[in-house]
Amino acid sequence: MKPLLSIEGLTVELATRDRTFDAVSDLTFVVAPNEVLALVGESGSGKSMTAMAIMRLLPEPLAEIVSGRILFDGIDLARANEATLRGIRGNRIGLIFQEPMTSLNPSIRVGPQVAEVLRLHKGLDTAVARNRVEDLFEQVRIPDPKRRYDDFPHQMSGGMRQRVVIALALACDPDVLIADEPTTALDVTTQAQILETFRDLQAAVGAATILITHDLAVVAETADRVAVMYAGRIVEETATEQLFAAPRHPYTHGLLRSMPHVTEAGEVRTRERLPEIKGTVPALWSLPPGCPFAPRCPRARVQCAAERPRLIELAPGHRAACWYPLEAGA
Amino acid sequence: MTKLLDVRNISKRFTVPRGISGGSAIVHAVDDVSFSIARGETLGLVGESGCGKSTVGKMIVRLLEPSEGQILLEGDDISHASHRAMRPLRRKVQMIFQDPNGSLNPRQRAADLVEEPLIVHGLGSASERGAKVADLFARVGLRSDQMLNVPSKFSGGQRQRLAIARALALNPLLIVADEPVSALDVSIQAQVINLMSDIQKEFGLAYLFVAHDLGIVQHISDRVAVMYLGRIVEIGDTAAVYHRPSHPYTRTLMDAVPRADPTHRHSRIRVPRGEVPSPLNPPTGCAFHPRCPIATDICHQQRPLLRRVASGAEAACHNSD
Repeated sequence: MKPLLSIEGLTVELATRDRTFDAVSDLTFVVAPNEVLALVGESGSGKSMTAMAIMRLLPEPLAEIVSGRILFDGIDLARANEATLRGIRGNRIGLIFQEPMTSLNPSIRVGPQVAEVLRLHKGLDTAVARNRVEDLFEQVRIPDPKRRYDDFPHQMSGGMRQRVVIALALACDPDVLIADEPTTALDVTTQAQILETFRDLQAAVGAATILITHDLAVVAETADRVAVMYAGRIVEETATEQLFAAPRHPYTHGLLRSMPHVTEAGEVRTRERLPEIKGTVPALWSLPPGCPFAPRCPRARVQCAAERPRLIELAPGHRAACWYPLEAGA
Repeated sequence: MTKLLDVRNISKRFTVPRGISGGSAIVHAVDDVSFSIARGETLGLVGESGCGKSTVGKMIVRLLEPSEGQILLEGDDISHASHRAMRPLRRKVQMIFQDPNGSLNPRQRAADLVEEPLIVHGLGSASERGAKVADLFARVGLRSDQMLNVPSKFSGGQRQRLAIARALALNPLLIVADEPVSALDVSIQAQVINLMSDIQKEFGLAYLFVAHDLGIVQHISDRVAVMYLGRIVEIGDTAAVYHRPSHPYTRTLMDAVPRADPTHRHSRIRVPRGEVPSPLNPPTGCAFHPRCPIATDICHQQRPLLRRVASGAEAACHNSD
């Protein structure tokens, strides 16, 4: 049984020249083996910062974990030393970034780049590593893997490069996989191909997976469970089907309704105004004392501006941070 | 409806350097594209990166000159008009870009940015221009106390509102909007889309709406054109193109869109084959034939032309009905 990843009260503080504030605040969640948890949110919601914190890739000391634990197989990553982390990153925790060129060295051929990881973490010799990489390339559906082994990253399309990055992340058969906007830079047909590959391989490897995205449709296609983030906090968390069928937090509800989706044949398309969420995302350093969504919330009452709601379980497996959540069947 | 914009067989070729040997190659970024837009109508232009959709938009506002073909605006040919001749015509067509940071001078105050086109075109006295700017600010949902701020003081959504106010200043007939909301947060996209719909009704505007987000394009467009490797492969009413796609590429594109419905996940997905070929070396015949599930011999040899199909749309395919 693979270990799970458990985040407990994680808070990340960010220091800029002018001010210090929490970019991620009191985050608690668990990802089980074989499960895909989506962290979804808009820019500034703290979703990428969370991923960086788990990998301990924050630009310390500008951004630092100030409290909380990141428990992985009995180790608290929040307090682990650099030597321990080096043995875990890229080995037991695989990482996929949005832009493949940030993970790939442009001046090294793609095959040897992946082989290097296997030599480093698994001690494979060059010939064995090459065979293993060609297998991996085949698994991520790179056509003609023997020949593409010697390509430089720039000789590949964006979709192929992202496949190399997936191969790199999966090379050491990781226990945890973190994918930060893995298809955001790709065209829609390439995205469909990559998502399919990602889903299949994630299931095959059985890794506990965190998928970070702003795209609710990608969540619907890929995730088992969803945590919606707003202003550095989780505001709602539940199973994917439940979230789409009956969101309880007004922010989730607003996001789902404001998104024009491609309708199916026979479905009536209205050209009416889209339901908007008023206002803009608040600055993290000047959050209101109460619920951070209160100034934009159509359901907000006096209490919402004054007191910050805690993330509580409204129904089994369904958590929301809201004083006046929507009805379960609404 | 009368044709406001009539685009006839436009092409755009770029010369690109090839390798270190000093040679060059020609890319047909846009190849023999025709369509029209009526007053007050929205035509959505979709396709994947490199298909030429942004190049079409830039030719219509004459940021680029077509290599071939004609662009008629209210009957006037603007495709090769000189700078001087373009000037009165520019008032009629404006453009909104994806990244308002790139189109708004960061050192100019917001009010000056909106007033500038009026000054350039010599319209109104100073006080008339001031009143017009105040009116535009209110119209796009910006506050009057923001008028003296520079663009960096605005959020992304507000900057796009500012770009819209600037585009509206000259009372254009047509706005070319190139990915106007794709850089914005999801909760802000709906605000800007609604604003664009509102001002369209109020000013009788037509839009050429260039975007890759098929949900947004469906919401806003009366008609939709689908491009693949520099050519329109299908064009027609939004419902026909989305619900009865005739070209196999349109079908591929529609199938590939992730749906925000977790209950229909695995049953629906039909993953497209292969990748978009290099525009430097496009396939013979129909450019889509190497990826097409219904390609036959003729598709390798002969380039299909747009023709009317059963859905009422036009599709460039030998084998669709």
